[in-house]
Amino acid sequence: MESLLLISVLKFVTWVAIVLLTVIMLVYAERRLSAFIQNRLGPNRVGPWGLLQAIVDVVKLLLKEDVVPRNAYKPVHDLAPIISIAVALSTFAIVPFGNTINVFGQDVKLMIADVNVGILYLLSITSLGVYGITLAGWSSNNKYSLLGGLRSSAQMISYELSMGLSIIGVLMVSGTLRLDQIVMHQTNYLWGWMPAWNFILQPVAFITFVVAAFAETNRLPFDLPEAEPELVGGYHTEYSGLKFGLFFLAEYANMITAGAVITTLFLGGWHLPYVENMGLDPLLLSILQILTFCVKLFFVLMFFIVVRWTIPRFRYDQLMNIGWKVMLPLTLANVLVTGVVLLLIQ
Amino acid sequence: MGPNGDMIRKKDLSLWQKSYIPEILKGMRQTIVEMFKPKFTFRYPEERFKPNPSFRGRPVLVEENGVERCVACGLCSRVCPALAIEVQASETELEKERYPVKFEINMVRCIFCGFCEEVCPEEAIIMSNEYELVFSSQEEAVFGKDKLLKTAEEMRPRLEFLRQNR
Repeated sequence: MESLLLISVLKFVTWVAIVLLTVIMLVYAERRLSAFIQNRLGPNRVGPWGLLQAIVDVVKLLLKEDVVPRNAYKPVHDLAPIISIAVALSTFAIVPFGNTINVFGQDVKLMIADVNVGILYLLSITSLGVYGITLAGWSSNNKYSLLGGLRSSAQMISYELSMGLSIIGVLMVSGTLRLDQIVMHQTNYLWGWMPAWNFILQPVAFITFVVAAFAETNRLPFDLPEAEPELVGGYHTEYSGLKFGLFFLAEYANMITAGAVITTLFLGGWHLPYVENMGLDPLLLSILQILTFCVKLFFVLMFFIVVRWTIPRFRYDQLMNIGWKVMLPLTLANVLVTGVVLLLIQ
Repeated sequence: MGPNGDMIRKKDLSLWQKSYIPEILKGMRQTIVEMFKPKFTFRYPEERFKPNPSFRGRPVLVEENGVERCVACGLCSRVCPALAIEVQASETELEKERYPVKFEINMVRCIFCGFCEEVCPEEAIIMSNEYELVFSSQEEAVFGKDKLLKTAEEMRPRLEFLRQNR
C-alpha cells in the first residue's frame, strides 16, 4: 500500500514537472515557429538560439507587480486563475503515456490516476475550466473582460456537446471508458496490417473532435474570448504578474492536454505499429512507446500552431452556426451510423 | 474565384469542397512552405543594413582638395522645412570667394527630406548612407563642420547616383 502511494506521488511529481517544462518549451516553440511562418527570426537573443527566452519570461512574470483594479471583486479575481490552472493540470492525470511497465517487480501503469470513468472525468473537469474564465471576466469589472468571459462560456457550452458526442463514437467502437483500454483496443490490426487507430475507424468523430478541441482550448480560429482586435485582451485584460502567468500557463497546459487526448483517443496513443512483435526487451519497448507518444503529441501541437497561422478567426454568429448547425448534427449522425454498422457486424 | 479568375458559385461546389477541408489543407501547405523561406529580419548589431546610393541618410558637406564645396549661399537653410540648418558666410581668397565660417545642422530637427541636397547649386550638401544617429543631449545633436565634412572620394556612390538621376 505504501509503495503504491509512493509510486503515485513519484509519477505525479515527474508528470507535473514534465508538463510545466513542456509548457515553457511550447511557448518558445510557438513563438519561434510563428516567426518562421511570417519570415521573421523570433526570439533568438537569450541563450543559444533564444532557448532561455521562455524561462526569462517566467521570471519576469514572477517579479512583476500584481495590480488589481479598484472596482474589481478581489476574492473572485484571485480565485479565477487558480480554478483555471487547477483544472488545466488535473486533466492530465488520466492520460496514459505508455504501456504498463514492470519496475523492481511491480507493475506500474504509466498514467497517474487509473479512473474507471476515464473520459467522463476528462469531460467534466474540462467543462469546469469555463468557470475560471467567466469568473475572471466578471470580477474584473471591465466590459471587455466581461464580454470575453461571456463569449467563452457560450462557446464552451456549444462545443462541449459535439465534443462529448464525437467521443461516443470512439466509446462504441472500443466498448470502454478507460483510456488505457481504448489505447489497447487501438493496438489491434485491421486486415492484419493496418493499425486500427480510431481516426481510421471514426474519421468524422476525429475531425469534429479536433475542431471542438480547438474551441475548448480557445485557440485560433476559435479564440473569440480573447480576440485582441475586439476585446483588448479579453478575460485577462485586468490581470498582471503571476495571476496573468497562471492564465497563460493554463492556456498552454490545456493545449497540451487537448493534444494528448487527441493522440490517445484517435492516433493510437503510445502504440508504435509492428514493433511489439519484434521481440524487443520489455523496458526498451516501453521507452520506445513513451517516445512514440511524445512524438505524436509533438506533431499534434505543431498542427495546432500551423492552424493558428492558416485559418482566420470566425465571427461570433459563424461560430454559433458551426457549433449548433454543423457539428451537432454531424456528430449525432456519426453516432447513429456507428451504431448501425456495429449492429450489422455483430 | 477559380484559378483563372472566373467566378465559382457556391451551389456548384461538391459536398467535399463545401466542407472547407481541401481549402484548409491547401492553406496549411502554404503556411508550412512559408516556414522554410529565407527570413527578412537582420540580426541587427551583428548584421547591418547596407543602404543603396538612393538612400537618404544624414546630410553631409562634400570636401574637395581639403576645402568644402559650399559657397555659403544659404539656400539650404532657406529651403529647410524643419529649420535645422544654420549657415554663416565669410569671404575667402579662393576662387569661390565665399565660404561658411559656421555650418550647423541640428540632427534632432532634421527630417531627412533631402530638400537641401536638391536645392544646392554646387552639389556641396548631399545625403549620405549613414542612419545610426544616437545622441545623449541636445547639444551633441548639433553637428558642426567637423562632423559634416566628408571627402568627395567617400561620397562617390551618392554623387554618381545624383549625376545619373537628376
